[in-house]
Amino acid sequence: MEQSLVKFYQTGTFTVGNRLLAPEQRSVQSGAARSNSLNSGHRACQGCGEALGARYAIDAAMAATNGQLIAANATGCLEVFSTPYPETSWQMPWIHSLFGNTAAVATGIAAAMKAKGRNDVRVVAQGGDGGTTDIGFGCLSGMFERNDDVLYICYDNEAYMNTGVQRSSATPPAARTATTMAVGEHPGNEFGQGKNVPQIAMAHEIPYVATATVADLRDLEYKVTKAMSVRGARYIHIFVPCPLGWGAASHDTIKLSRLAVESGVFPVFEAERGEVTGVLKIRHQVPVEDYLKPQKRFAHLFGKKPDVATLARLQARADRNIRRFGLLT
Amino acid sequence: MLEQCEGSHAVAKAVALSRPEVICAYPISPQTHIVEGLGQMVKSGDLTSCEFINVESEFAALSVAIGASAAGARSYTATASQGLLFMAEAVYNASGLGLPIVMTVANRAIGAPINIWNDHTDSMSMRDAGWLQIFAETNQEALDLHIQAFKIAEELSLPVMVCMDGFILTHAYERVDMPDQAQVDRFLPPYEPRQVLDPNDPVTIGAMVGPEAFTEVRYLAHAKQMQALDLIPQIAAEFKKEFGRDSGGLIKTYQTEDAETIVIALGSVLGTIKDTVDDLRAEGVKVGVLGITSYRPFPISAIRDATAHAKRIVVIEKCFAVGIGGIVSRDVRSAVRNRPQPVLTVVAGLGGRAITKASVHQLLLDAIADKLELLTFLDLDWAVVNRVLEREKTQRRSGPIAEGILRDMGTVLVPGA
Repeated sequence: MEQSLVKFYQTGTFTVGNRLLAPEQRSVQSGAARSNSLNSGHRACQGCGEALGARYAIDAAMAATNGQLIAANATGCLEVFSTPYPETSWQMPWIHSLFGNTAAVATGIAAAMKAKGRNDVRVVAQGGDGGTTDIGFGCLSGMFERNDDVLYICYDNEAYMNTGVQRSSATPPAARTATTMAVGEHPGNEFGQGKNVPQIAMAHEIPYVATATVADLRDLEYKVTKAMSVRGARYIHIFVPCPLGWGAASHDTIKLSRLAVESGVFPVFEAERGEVTGVLKIRHQVPVEDYLKPQKRFAHLFGKKPDVATLARLQARADRNIRRFGLLT
Repeated sequence: MLEQCEGSHAVAKAVALSRPEVICAYPISPQTHIVEGLGQMVKSGDLTSCEFINVESEFAALSVAIGASAAGARSYTATASQGLLFMAEAVYNASGLGLPIVMTVANRAIGAPINIWNDHTDSMSMRDAGWLQIFAETNQEALDLHIQAFKIAEELSLPVMVCMDGFILTHAYERVDMPDQAQVDRFLPPYEPRQVLDPNDPVTIGAMVGPEAFTEVRYLAHAKQMQALDLIPQIAAEFKKEFGRDSGGLIKTYQTEDAETIVIALGSVLGTIKDTVDDLRAEGVKVGVLGITSYRPFPISAIRDATAHAKRIVVIEKCFAVGIGGIVSRDVRSAVRNRPQPVLTVVAGLGGRAITKASVHQLLLDAIADKLELLTFLDLDWAVVNRVLEREKTQRRSGPIAEGILRDMGTVLVPGA
């Protein structure tokens, strides 16, 4: 990928904003001029991947637009933890309308700006996986096919966390949620269900689609910046672990994101007009077990008698991603 | 300028003259001709500085309007029937956020059974959603009300639904007096939002509100609608000054001064009722008509005052609340509370059934003779109803109701029969 000019993981620290870099190579987040659009003081849980992802994504978008940015936000964790009346963490114009209409609201904002000749003002829409892949999917697909000038960001934590960890169409197979309990013959979420929205977005042949994780925040910033350099409908799907919903330690958010990438569970790629143009290669492939084990939502697969068959199926899914996207060199 | 045109065209022209900046379109009969007309005007370049967006559903249509309005654009959409229900969540959201969107509802029945014809069930289902609802009697009034609606909405920062009878008005060709752009510009200034998404002055819109303030926010929505009771007549007066026509206001009365019986209704049926009143007056019957233009806010005082002397009130409504009866009549009863005059509910014109002068004539004679029950269904075919009730009594698997009725009536051919 283009940003691989600078290989940050060489330091082994996963830190951002390396002071040894020239200023133009530094991350948005490391700069004193960052907009702090999602300001501190909000009520996200400790280790929240969504809060981290949103902070980097929106600040990068703000930097790319010289602060001329308006956000539309779906109902969900991000909305609830950032705007408990009368407080707001948003240091930018921000609107929350409903759960399922965020892409359409963003279309409306973009249309208003176009009608007023304000081509400098850009629009970002954001929501969780429930608000994106399920209830907001109709409006999202409509925004895509009309190629409206909106960047839609999905923060995917793989379930309805705000309502108490229920299954969404982004929940992986075998995962325990409040509506796919770890009981019965096939505990956890079903195999053979769910939808891959980044690929569905690509099928709309929109100018830009990308996936990212909070393990590689430079990659995330790069993709948001790139998305903002393009006009038309754009989609970024960010993998954001949820310590509460996944039954994971707060300090493992970055680690789990990295393991999801390195195991092939979550392929990181970008695509233009329906064609994959770049993938983030896996440096050291790890077995899916390494990714699954630290999460209580998969605890029923382990224990005294590990569910070898199910683990094999999950490994096969990861292997398929690796093959499909050519994640290994 | 006088013009002979379709009601939908008159409304499209009125909306265009109001200089909208964002229009969202989704087809549903009988509204579709309006947005088709607007789409043509935008595409041809007759309507400039306006974005016309073909959306994927009514829910998206109003959601796009919500985003556009919050970003400071004058926003418009139109819908009907199932479409209004499909956007219901956004209907409440637009008013809750205080966004002055104007939306035409080309009134149509709600299914099942699916029916594309006119009644008022659709907009009545949203009567408590926080929008102002104004009803047009004629195509001229529909045209005029749209221009007024933008002004009322933006003054209050509340959305306005302009309701016009589907097909009866939307598809009828009538003469209308079309204002010119200069007149409309004098009457309707550019939109100055009370709240706007502006990167140079950022605000948060749509934050979560808990019990500590929710009641106050909701009360203010009510207070603003109460302000509208003064504003609507005021804007109708301003409109008359500029355009020379009586249009809008809260209510309109016809022959009510000495009327012993006052008929209350909304929309285009008022014309039929007025004709019937003329006939009855010729027979020496003291009857008059009160048309409700503003259904929300509901003009309690105006209706109470205008009906003070009447012996009885007959509400003819194109909708009803299953399980209790009238919708409009219930509101009228609260307006005339503590008075001895009976308020009689007449449900009529459901799903496009014609409300004829002959039926209204007989109905009013029955009312005057005190032969009318509290709840009447005009021209209800009892034979059909009783046949279904009998079938359900005798047959466990009595089958789909609507289809059974049509078969009974011979509307559907039975194979092999």
